Amino acid sequence: MGIISAIGNNVAENYSALIEGKKGISRVAKIDTVHRDAIMVGEIAASNQELIDELGLAPENNYCRTAMLGAIAAKQAVADANISAIKKYKTGLISATSVGGMDMTERFYYDYLEDKNLQKYIEGHHAGDSTQKIAEQLGIEQSLVTTISTACSSAANAIMFGARLIKSGKLDRVIVGGADCLSKFTINGFKTLMILSDTYNTPFDENRKGLNLGEAAAFLVLESNAVVKAENKKVLAYVKGYGNANDAFHQTASSENGDGATLAMEKALKVGGLLPKDIDYINAHGTATGNNDLSEGRAILRVFGENLPEFSSTKAYTGHTLAAAGAIEAVYAILALQNNIIYPNLNFKTQMKEFEITPQTELKEKELETVLSNSLGFGGNCSTLIFSKRA
Amino acid sequence: MSELKQELKEKIIEQLNLEDVSVDDIADDDSLFGDGLGLDSIDALELIVMLDKDYGIKLSDPKEGRKIFESIEVMASYIAEHRAK
Amino acid sequence: MNSKNYIQAFSHIKNNTVSLNGNPIYNLPEQNFSVFIKAAYKHLETKYSKFFKMDNLSKLAFLAADILLKDSKSEEDDIAIILSNRASSLDTDRKHQSSISNAEQYYPSPAVFVYTLPNICIGEISIKHGLFSENSFFIFDRFNADYLLDYAENLLQTNKAKKVLCGWVDFDEENYEAFLYLVDKQGDTIHTKEEITRLYTL
Repeated sequence: MGIISAIGNNVAENYSALIEGKKGISRVAKIDTVHRDAIMVGEIAASNQELIDELGLAPENNYCRTAMLGAIAAKQAVADANISAIKKYKTGLISATSVGGMDMTERFYYDYLEDKNLQKYIEGHHAGDSTQKIAEQLGIEQSLVTTISTACSSAANAIMFGARLIKSGKLDRVIVGGADCLSKFTINGFKTLMILSDTYNTPFDENRKGLNLGEAAAFLVLESNAVVKAENKKVLAYVKGYGNANDAFHQTASSENGDGATLAMEKALKVGGLLPKDIDYINAHGTATGNNDLSEGRAILRVFGENLPEFSSTKAYTGHTLAAAGAIEAVYAILALQNNIIYPNLNFKTQMKEFEITPQTELKEKELETVLSNSLGFGGNCSTLIFSKRA
Repeated sequence: MSELKQELKEKIIEQLNLEDVSVDDIADDDSLFGDGLGLDSIDALELIVMLDKDYGIKLSDPKEGRKIFESIEVMASYIAEHRAK
Repeated sequence: MNSKNYIQAFSHIKNNTVSLNGNPIYNLPEQNFSVFIKAAYKHLETKYSKFFKMDNLSKLAFLAADILLKDSKSEEDDIAIILSNRASSLDTDRKHQSSISNAEQYYPSPAVFVYTLPNICIGEISIKHGLFSENSFFIFDRFNADYLLDYAENLLQTNKAKKVLCGWVDFDEENYEAFLYLVDKQGDTIHTKEEITRLYTL
C-alpha cells in the first residue's frame, strides 16, 4: 500500500495521525482562492516543487499535482509489495481521478497564449494523462492501464475492477487506487452547491454543516493467489467482497433512504458470502453533508439493523478527497484490520435526530476480521468494499 | 410588482432550462417545488445564484431558499423588499 | 472466446444523424449540436422535460440510450451500464471554468458544476429507466472494444447483471459521437470484439 494525504506522507505517518486523533484540516494555503477564509480543507503539506524533487523529475516535466501525488503513492505501494521486477507477471494499473490536470489548467489557462513554455501542461490536463504518468513511473507496459472517473466512488471502483481482473485471470497483479489534488474548480463548484463547511467537518452530527475538500493519493497492489504463493508474499488483507449500484435518484443528491448504498452493501456482502453480523467495523463515506450522512445512515441501518457494528468516518481527519477517497479509506480499513483498531469519528457532539445511532467517537481496540468501506459518488454511483484477514 | 413577477417567470424559464414551459403556464401562486413546477434541489441553488447576480441578495443557508421560492408571489415580495440592485 | 451472449440492439448518434440498428431514424444536417439534439428529442417523442437541464454529453448519452431502452421489449431493470470516452466531461468543465475565471462577474452555476463528471450521464439514464444496477465510466484514448467486451462478459457470466448497456459517448466542442449497444442472452449479432468493432464503424 502507499498513501499521501493531509495527515501524512506515507502509510506509517497516516496511521500515527489516525491513532493520535491528529486531523489534517486547515485553511487552504497553496491555492489562491477568494474563498480562503470561508472554507477549510485537507491540504497536503508538500509544495509542487517538493513533489517534483521527491520524484526526481526533470525541469521540463509537465506533471500536474494529481499525477505527482499519484506517482508517489503508487511507487510506495510497489516498494511495499517488494516488487523488484514489475514485468515478471501480467501487471496492470487502474487509477481514478476527477480533477486530473485541472490544477495546472486553471493556473495557466490565460498564460498559455503568451508563454509557450507553459503549454506543456495542456497535455497533462486529461484525466488519462495522470494515469499514464503513473504507469511510466512504475515502468509498466501498456498492457492494461486505464482510468476510472466516477466521482467519489472512483477509487473503490478501481479496486473492485482490479479484483475482478485477477479473479477472471486477465491479470496476475494490478495496482489500483486514485489521486486528486485541490483545485479552484472543485472548490468553487462545491461552494456553489452550498455543501462546504466553514469549519471542521462533523460527520454524522446533527449540526453538520458540510464537507471539507481534501487532496490525497493512495494505491494498493492486488495480487493473485498464484503470485502470492510463488513470491512467498505476506498478505496484508483480502478483498473479500465488493458491490456497485446506482441510486437512480438525482445527479448529485442521494435518495432519502439510501437505496443505492443499501444495494451496494448488500451486493458486497453477497459476493463475500458474508452476513451483516460478520462485519466488525464500517468505515463510512460520511462526508458530513446534510444529505449524505442521513442517506447513508439510513442505508446502514437498513442493511445491518440489530447487527450494527461500530462505524466512523475518517473524513474529519483528511477531508473528502473525491476520487482518491475510496483508496485512502481502503488503506485505513486495512490498517484497522492489521492493528485491530477502530478509528474515532472526530468532532462528533450531537446525535442526529433521525436515528438512535452514534458513530464510534473514541479510539477503540477490537479484534477485527472484516471491515466494510463505503464510497458514494455523484451520478448515483455507490460502491462498497469489504476487506478481510482471511481469504 | 407585476412587472417583477413577469420578469421572474421569464428568468426562471431561461435559467432553469424549462423549455416545455411558457410564462402563461406559471400562475403567481403555483407551487414551484414539489407538485407544481417540480423543481429540484439544484434548481433551488440556481435560484440562489440568480438572487445574488440579478438582485444583489445573498443567501447563506440553502434552507432559507425553500421558503422564499415557494411561489412567484412569495419570491417577488421577498425580492421587492430586499433587493440591492 | 466462445461467447453465449449477443448484441441485441445498437444505436449511433453522429453527423447529426440518429440511427437504430444501423438504420437512420432521424437526421438534421447543417445545424449545430444543440439544435439537432433538441429536434431529435422532439421527433423521437422522448417526453422527459429534465432532458433540457442536461449538459451536452448527458443529452447525447441519454438519447442514444433511450432509443435502445425504449425499444427493449422486456421489463428488465437489471441492466448494468458501462460507458467510456476520451474527453471525459471536458465540454462542461470548460463552461464551469469560464464561470469562475471572471473576478468581476463571478457566478458559478450549480447546474453546470453538477455535470463536470463524465458518469453523471449514467445517473441520468438510471434515473429515467429506474436502473439500480452496476455502472462504471472509463476514460480511454480511443474506442476500446476489448475492454468493454471483457467487462460485459464478466458481468453476464457471473450473473451480476441480466443485460449490459455498453458504449462510447464522447463530446468535445462540436465533435461528438455516441455508439451504444445492449448485450443480452439473445440477439442477432454474436458478442465478440470483431462484431463490436464492425458495428461501431457502421
